Formats: sequence, structure tokens, C-alpha cells
Amino acid sequence: MTETAIIHPSKEAGSAVDIVRVRKDFGSAVGVADVSLTIRNGEFVTLLGPSGCGKSTLLGMIAGFVTPTAGKIVVDGADITDLEPYRRDIGMVFQSYALFPHMNVHDNIAFGLRMRKLPAAQVEKEVARAIAMMKLEGFEARRVRQLSGGQQQRVALARAIVIRPKVLLLDEPLSALDKNLRAQMQVELSELHRKTGLTTIFVTHDQGEALSLSDRIVVMNKGAVQQVAAPIELYRQPANGFVASFIGEINALPPGRCELKDGTASLVLPGVGPLVFPTAPATGFAPGRQVRAFLRPEHVRPVLAGEAGPNVVTGKVEAHIYQGSHTITRVVVEGIGLVETRVTGAEIVASAPVGASLGLAFDLSEAVLLDTAD
Amino acid sequence: MRSQKIGTVAFWSLVVALLTYMTLPTIVVLMTSVNPTEILAFPPQGVSFDWYVKAVTYPDFRIAFKNGLIVTACASTLALIVGSAFAWLIHHYDFRGRGLLEGVLWSPLIIPHFTLGFGFLLLGGAFGVQQGYVMIVLAHMVLVMPFVTRAVHVSLANIDPALARAAANLGASPFQVLTRITLPLVVPGMAGGWLIAAVLSLTEFTASLYVTGSRTQTLPVAMYNYIREYADPTVSAISALLIIATTLIMLVADRTIGLRRVLAIDTH
Repeated sequence: MTETAIIHPSKEAGSAVDIVRVRKDFGSAVGVADVSLTIRNGEFVTLLGPSGCGKSTLLGMIAGFVTPTAGKIVVDGADITDLEPYRRDIGMVFQSYALFPHMNVHDNIAFGLRMRKLPAAQVEKEVARAIAMMKLEGFEARRVRQLSGGQQQRVALARAIVIRPKVLLLDEPLSALDKNLRAQMQVELSELHRKTGLTTIFVTHDQGEALSLSDRIVVMNKGAVQQVAAPIELYRQPANGFVASFIGEINALPPGRCELKDGTASLVLPGVGPLVFPTAPATGFAPGRQVRAFLRPEHVRPVLAGEAGPNVVTGKVEAHIYQGSHTITRVVVEGIGLVETRVTGAEIVASAPVGASLGLAFDLSEAVLLDTAD
Repeated sequence: MRSQKIGTVAFWSLVVALLTYMTLPTIVVLMTSVNPTEILAFPPQGVSFDWYVKAVTYPDFRIAFKNGLIVTACASTLALIVGSAFAWLIHHYDFRGRGLLEGVLWSPLIIPHFTLGFGFLLLGGAFGVQQGYVMIVLAHMVLVMPFVTRAVHVSLANIDPALARAAANLGASPFQVLTRITLPLVVPGMAGGWLIAAVLSLTEFTASLYVTGSRTQTLPVAMYNYIREYADPTVSAISALLIIATTLIMLVADRTIGLRRVLAIDTH
């Protein structure tokens, strides 16, 4: 990790950003509700949530464009809550990139260094390094309007990192790109983060981007933090129904009761019967407790009609959603409702046509049990 | 097929008719300017540029042109300063009476120039101001203000608000944001507004008729006074020169600062 030293020569581990009970009210509406969050040095953290969840407002408060109603923001040990944006030393990439249209690529990247009154020779050296890092050689004299979306994105990144910010903020920077370019920029963002070791806060509503890029994901809804976890944990152990259904596809089973009889743990669904946990039941299991089980489509397996067995229910095929490598099949099961199953290939489209009855085996080993109130 | 053809013919006939209707008066004036004899004849009976020589050497026209330039320079520049300030105010602040202010700023577009010129004359009388440069400049300033304000307002509105935030994020103080980002981006709009104002002021006649004196008359007023006494092609020649000059100014402005974009004729 020698490249880390390029940006942060002497950084010991610790917290880079401390958000302490930060709140933002818009009139009587709550934009951000008492959010507390600690972001470690060098961490890549994603604020994820639907539009209007408060993620952009929170980012705006870190950058200094939005004044918190209450709470405190500490960066690198210094309270910056009331500091003007231009004194914060925080890099930012905007959704629209916000490149200066009257300047060329070089001057855009040099802007922050010139504002810091660095000697010209040093400005040139730093700009050249940022240009090399973002593979923008040869574009220095171009007007920003003449660049493609991907190139503009790289200029925006170069401009933000060249000032050696304490934190790098990315506000939905990939949303303006087409699908292929977005995948490529994800790889480049990852690489940039690895090379610079910059503490990065990334805002997105795209769970795919969040899962692939982040060390930790902060899921937000209605101004409040729903869960803070690493991508794998978030996917396998969502803290509540919102997180469960926001991250990936998931089947929400109707409320049922946990039962433990003769050493066998099961979930009793009214009108359906008991579904048996194959091994030790999932976290959240307690005899007598009312729960809702959430089950990913890959843990629901279609079985041949008539094949009986534990945890097999039968329903009517409603639709197939063919997606190339796999097919999502929607089945309506009496007493449960709509259940999605996900299988490799497309054979199921022919073997279980729409309207046919289909057996589904539930693998409860990966089920997530949540309080009925969540 | 046949009806489609008839439609095409009808469409182009309409286009040609409209173009002819709009440009014919100007073309007639331009053509009479080259008539060799002393009458304003259409069609001309030959080609001669003698009247152009007379037009540029005629003392009244020379003085009037110089007057016009002084008035135009002062009125457009003053309108640019005041109009930009108003545009800034309207763009940045939502205040009580903003709608009223905008209405007043646009009002010269609907109030007849006759009324404005006459009003300035009466007002001048009441305050003891003679017909002269001060009164002409003040009147012209009011007349061209809507165009300058609009040009600056449009270019302010076209600036992505994220640019100011990006600059601040990179360490620019509010003053530096103004000088490094906002001003460079509105300068083309200001230049465009100034040019439109200058062309309007240079060719304004109705209001100028009231507020100019015999020694401070501007070119259109001098042309009017000339044609009341002499009916020879000199006025046609000076008209042609004025049209050519303003056309050239507009073309150069479009090439250098993108006038159409600045005035939001091209919307992208």
C-alpha cells in the first residue's frame, strides 16, 4: 500500500468523520432526524436510500451547504459544524459534475490549488499528477463541453482529489452515465479509493453500486438511519423490513409464530402450516414469538408438482421474468401471497407455464426473522 | 400524392409571400438609394453611388451621427449597469414587490415611445431641464433597459447553481466565486445586452424626436428633418448605411459571443 502515502503521508487509524445527533428540519418537515455516524479513516461509506430519504441533505451538511438544525459534525478532530464551506478542505464530486464551463480541463483541476495560493510550479506538478492518475493526459487544453460523460466524470474526480481533501464526497456521480460506462466507472472509483486511501462518502439510490463499492453501507429512509453494516451483512441480516426489501429482491412471508417441538424449530403460518427450520433456526428465533420471515428468491426452489416434502407449498404461476442468466418466476400461493423464486436458465418457462400449478420448497436456513412491527 | 404537391406549393408560396412582405419596404428604400437622379424613384433608373458620398459628407448627418454615438454609448452603458443590478436582484432574491419591479422593467416594451418621449419632455420642463444630452440619455436608458436586464437575467439563470457550490467547495470565498465564476459566465450576456441596447438606441426615432434639440439631434431625427425639406435619395443612402452597420455589428456579435445563445433565442 505504498500508493496510500501519495495523499496521506502520515495518517494514523481513527475516525475521520464524526456525525453527532445531526438533525435538519425543513419547516415542519424532517429532512434528517438525529443521525449519528462515525466514519473511520480511509473507509468507503455509502449513504443509500430512496430519493427524499435525507442522504443528500446529510452530504450537504458535511460539505457545508446545508446548516444543521441541531447536532455537530467533526472532521479530523475539528468541529466544522459552523465553518464556511470554502474553509473545510472537503472534496466533492457533484451529480452534474459542475465543471466550470469557461475553463479548460487543466484550469478546472488547478482551481482548488490556485485558491490555496500554491506556487505555480507546485500547482503544475500536482495537476500533472492528478491528470496522470485519472488518465486524462492529452486533454489538458480541452474545453469541458467537448468531453464525454466519462471524461467529465474523471475531471470532476481529479479536481476533487488534487486538493488532498480530508474527506471525499461523491453525490450520485454515476447516475448521469449509461449502463456500460457506469460499470467501468465503478471499477475506477474502487481503484481510486485503493490508490489514494481517501475517506470517501458516497451517496446513491442504486443498491448495486452500494453493494459493490462500499466498506460499509448506511441505509436511510425518511431522514433516519435504518441500518449501518458491511454489504454482505446487510444482504444476509437486514435489520428491518425496509432494509430487507430495499436491498435486493426478497419475499416477505405473512406473520407467523415460532415453535419448538421435540427439538424441531418451525415457523407456523396461519392457513399454511408449519415451515421447518432445517438446522439451527435463524437469529431472532424464540419459541412463542410472533415474527415475519423474509426469504430471498434464490432460497425458494421450484419442485415437481406432486412432490411432497417438508416446507413445500403449491401455488399458481403468475408470470416469468426472464433475465438471461436466470429467471424469476412469480407464484401466487394461497395463505402467503406472491412468492418469487429464482432459478438458473430458462427451462422453467416451458416446464411451468403461466397458469400451471407449481410446488415451491422454502429453504429457511437463510431466512431473516424480524419483529412483526418492523 | 396530388394533394400533397398542392400543399407543398401552398406552403412555399406562403413563405415567399411572408418574406417579401417583411423585407420589401427595406428593399425599396435600398434600391432608391442608387438612383442617379434627384428624385426618389422606384424602380431606380440607373446605378450611382453619388448619394452615399453626399450622405457621409452632409454636415447635419455627421453631427447627428456623432451625437447618436455619444448618446448610445452613455445610455447603453448606464442601462447595462442599472439593468445588471436589477437582474441580479430579481435572480437572487424573492422579495415583496418583485413582480411589480419586473413589470416596471418590462413596461417600455408596451408603453409607446411617443408617450415616453413626450413624458420626458414635460418632466424636463417641470424641472427646468433643456432638451439635450442629459434628457436624451435618460430617455434612451429607460427604452433599452428591458433588453439589457433580460439578457443579464437569462445568463444568470443559465448558470448551474452547483458551479458556485463547487467553487466554494474548492476553497473560493464568496467574493472569489463572484469574480472567478459568476462574472466570467455573465459577461457574454452583458455584452449581448449592451449591443442590443446600442443598436436600439442608435436607431430610435419616436421618443428622440421630443427629447433632442436642434444641436443634439440624433441620426434618425436628422434624417426625418432632412426628408421634410428635400426628397432626394440621400436619406435612402444613409438608411442603407445604418442598416449595413447594425447588421455587421449583430453578425460580429453572434460570431464572437454567441448572441443567439446569450439572448436565449437558441435555448440550448
